[in-house]
Amino acid sequence: MSALAPRIDRRPDGRFRLRLTSEERDLLRALPGQLRDLLGSEDPALRRLQPPAYEDDPEREAEYRRMVRDDLLRGRRSALEVMESTIDAETLDRDQLGAWLGSINDLRLVLGTRLEVTEELYEEGVPEDDPRAPAFALYGYLGWLEEHLVDALAGEL
Amino acid sequence: MSLRTAPAEVERPDTADVDEPARLWLVIVWNDPINLMSYVTFVFQKLFGYPRPKAHRLMMQVHTEGKAVVSSGSQERAEFDCSRLHAHGLWATMQPG
Repeated sequence: MSALAPRIDRRPDGRFRLRLTSEERDLLRALPGQLRDLLGSEDPALRRLQPPAYEDDPEREAEYRRMVRDDLLRGRRSALEVMESTIDAETLDRDQLGAWLGSINDLRLVLGTRLEVTEELYEEGVPEDDPRAPAFALYGYLGWLEEHLVDALAGEL
Repeated sequence: MSLRTAPAEVERPDTADVDEPARLWLVIVWNDPINLMSYVTFVFQKLFGYPRPKAHRLMMQVHTEGKAVVSSGSQERAEFDCSRLHAHGLWATMQPG
C-alpha cells in the first residue's frame, strides 16, 4: 500500500472507507478490550483520562467526580465497544469513526503515561534495543493513525 | 456530532449562588506531551463551535504558553465544558475568573 494513498477517505454516500492492512487490524484488535478491562481500576496510567477539574478544592472536586465519573466511563466503554465490533469493517459511518478516534486517543493517553512520554522523547524516539521500543513503536503508530482520523473528521465539522 | 454521551447538566444545591450570584468561572486547558496538536484543535472546534483559526490559535497558546482559557461562564457551564474536555482526554481545569 502506497504511503501516499489516503488511509481514510469519505465516500459520496457519506461513509468512510478505512484502508488498513490486515496486519494493522491485528495490531489494533486486542487494544480496545485491554483498555476496557483497565477502565474503572485504580491503575495510575489512567490519570490522564480523569484529571481533576478543581485542583485546589478537594470538596468541590469530589462532588464533580461523583457527578461525571459514571458518564465518562460509560462514554469511553461505549466508544471502545464500537471500535472492537468494527475492527474488520471496510467502511464506517461518522459516529463510528469518531468512536475510533476517541478510543485511539484514550489508548495513546494511557500508553504515553506508562511510557512517561515527553515532547523531546517523542521527537527523538528510543534506541531499538531499549526495552520500551515495541511499546514506543505502537505509540507512534497510534499517533500516525490518529492524524488520519482527525483529518477525515475535521472535514466534517 | 456526538461521539460520546455528554454528562447531563445536573441541578445541584450550591451555597455559592447565595453569596456569589454571578461569579465567572474560567475553563483552562493545559499543555501535555501526549495529545496531538491536530486533535486538540479538532476538539476545540467540535466542542465549542470555534472557527478553525480560533481553535488553532488557542491550541498554539496551550502549546507555547502552557495553558489557555478556552471557555468561561457560570460554575455549572464551566463544569459541563470541563467534563466534555475530560471525555475527550484533554487536561482541563476550572477556576474563578
